[in-house]
Amino acid sequence: MLTDEVGKGATSASRPVHSAENPLRSGGSLIQLITPKGERISHPEFDVWVKDVSDEQLGSLYEDMTVIRRIDAEATALQRQGELALWPPLLGQEASQIGSSRALREDDFVFPSYRESGVAYVRGAELAEIARVWRGNASYGWDPQRINLATPQIIIGSQSLHATGYAMGIQHDGADSAVMAYFGDGATSEGDVSEAMVFAASFQAPVVFFCQNNHWAISEPVRLQSHVQIADRPNGFGIPSMRVDGNDVLAVLAATRVALDRARKGGGPTFIEAVTYRMGPHTTADDPTRYRDPNELEDWAAKDPIARLKALLDSKGLLDEALEATVRAKADAVAAEFRASCIDMPDPAPLDVFNHVYSTPNSWIERQKDHYSRYLESFAGSSEEGAL
Amino acid sequence: MSKLTFARAINAGLRKSLESDPKVVLMGEDIGALGGVFRVTDGLQKDFGTHRVVDTPLAESGIIGTAVGLAYRGYRPVCEIQFDGFIYPAFDQIVSQVAKMHYRTQGRVKMPITIRVPFGGGIGSPEHHSESPEAYFTHTSGLRVISVSNPQDAYTMIQQAIASDDPVLFFEPKRRYHDKGEVDEAAELATALSMEKARVVNAGSDVTLVAYGPLVKTARDAALAAADEGTSIEVIDLRSLAPIDFPTVEASVRKTGRLVITHEAAQSGGLGAEIAASITERCFNYLEAAPVRITGFDVPYPYSKLEMHHLPDLDRILDGVDRALGRRNSLSGLEG
Ligand SMILES: Cc1ncc(C[n+]2csc(CCOP(=O)(O)OP(=O)(O)O)c2C)c(N)n1
Repeated sequence: MLTDEVGKGATSASRPVHSAENPLRSGGSLIQLITPKGERISHPEFDVWVKDVSDEQLGSLYEDMTVIRRIDAEATALQRQGELALWPPLLGQEASQIGSSRALREDDFVFPSYRESGVAYVRGAELAEIARVWRGNASYGWDPQRINLATPQIIIGSQSLHATGYAMGIQHDGADSAVMAYFGDGATSEGDVSEAMVFAASFQAPVVFFCQNNHWAISEPVRLQSHVQIADRPNGFGIPSMRVDGNDVLAVLAATRVALDRARKGGGPTFIEAVTYRMGPHTTADDPTRYRDPNELEDWAAKDPIARLKALLDSKGLLDEALEATVRAKADAVAAEFRASCIDMPDPAPLDVFNHVYSTPNSWIERQKDHYSRYLESFAGSSEEGAL
Repeated sequence: MSKLTFARAINAGLRKSLESDPKVVLMGEDIGALGGVFRVTDGLQKDFGTHRVVDTPLAESGIIGTAVGLAYRGYRPVCEIQFDGFIYPAFDQIVSQVAKMHYRTQGRVKMPITIRVPFGGGIGSPEHHSESPEAYFTHTSGLRVISVSNPQDAYTMIQQAIASDDPVLFFEPKRRYHDKGEVDEAAELATALSMEKARVVNAGSDVTLVAYGPLVKTARDAALAAADEGTSIEVIDLRSLAPIDFPTVEASVRKTGRLVITHEAAQSGGLGAEIAASITERCFNYLEAAPVRITGFDVPYPYSKLEMHHLPDLDRILDGVDRALGRRNSLSGLEG
């Protein structure tokens, strides 16, 4: 899934070239290719970036979004059943995550926050790898170097700097890969995001800042984070930006392709604000009814990214029983596998707590490990004694 | 052998690392054309180019955070934090990212980042230019913390730090930058004493005196002065502050039965406390007196006209030695 049919061809030469001489737009009106009712509308600037997307590929975007929503529901249920310690739902953000990550190439590198399970799925993380961080079995899910995806980042905004540094490394190597950093609207208040934009602009690093403005940072609304539209902010750093309808998977795909193409061709960083909405709680530990007007949720439910694509497919006569059945079967299978891989996951061994702090042994930790293992051994056989 | 200042010795070590490994990149504020405010990176940008010796924007979190990304890409960044007191904006990246990435990814991602920090006082500078923040980092698992005390060690240990697959905080005693010493530039890294090991720099039998960084010289001077009066002090240069080479300190304390620790950093929660506690745990039955700490006071680093009161000097250290030996000292007669 790492490079799929939509991902391929993202840099075909027929597309317009954006370079420093031909700067991108900055902020401005919302880029949209599919209306909330599911009508495909034309856009003079961005249509060309998705003209290769076939009916079949639209169907596959629909499948990924549906599967990811199903994983989200299954994970939430597993958390309620005590099988996961926590889960950060991405309900409502499927188009932002699938549209952006399907624009990536295999050799691109991604630095996500904790909410990008959809991105992890597209990058090729195994379901057990997605589950295990949230079960508390490990602090990383997948091998970052295997799928070019960093581990979930909890410190808000931190990964924007890692992405920029990685992009500087790509520059040193003379490669044409690009880097994506995902973060939320709240993150734009953190110093690291501003510092990342300074570094990215100074060195013209091939990095795409992908901000999912889901309107809430836990209980704090986006207006508390930014007095101007988020997409206006990067311009002060000399970074062009786009404001895209984050519930429109085609528009997100197009915008991300523009930004990645620019990065690959030496045009430097781009900032994308994907305007979307978190329809669920912040995490399974959160209660949004304490801070959120239910009418707001209703308004956004009418813009549901999956319903929108579904309506488009329907209007094109593509939503036949065969497609529905395939997608349903896939979602069922993935959900079952997610559940099984979660429940069957072995617990880590106690002494694992001491492993991998350093790449070579550390005398302090070796001593503590030795003492603790002696302590654990002192219980050996005690259960049998107790049984007597 | 050549006679080099401390600063030149580090410069030579950095040059060697840049030459031997194309993945080494230097980054920091003013390290290019200027050669750093202490000239430690003098001439390196000219010889290796702006892409290997990178003048960065003035953003400490940015310097360390982008180094994390470079390390992800297989680079070995060597970051300079201009002065000790300016490391705090980068604290989050150091303790939450650099230190934890290897553990977080169970070894999948290494962070071979060296963070050079000119530290400590004694140069009469204004606020935020004379701090000793080492304990914040020795308290953080995942980091190696080093402090060098002489040009030869500076030359070899900076190379060892850069070659280490673990992140290293490399504390350079800025008041010693201009001190000269013999440096064997042909010294092989493979045969050099590991940066993890402490070194006995002065053998003695009456009391063990532990120091690191800028105070190693002061401690040796104290030992020389004490020798004139018939007291034999064994001086240990810790070199590695995390992990500390306790076996070397233990062996010395088993011999002398007495322990004095000195550092410029404030006393509470400092390395002296760690060493006193650990040595007490490990060789309580060999101790003939409670360990003694001679340190900076628990105050913000004072303005320069007062720093000589704050910094442990030869006489304060000898007063501590007298305490450890049960001789008359400034605290004689004080209960507890
Ligand atoms: C540095 C830091 N401060 C606070 C938190 C606690 N926290 C976790 S998520 C969050 C809100 C983040 O909001 P946003 O950036 O909009 O992302 P979203 O969760 O909406 O995807 C906060 C405050 C944290 N993880 N890191």
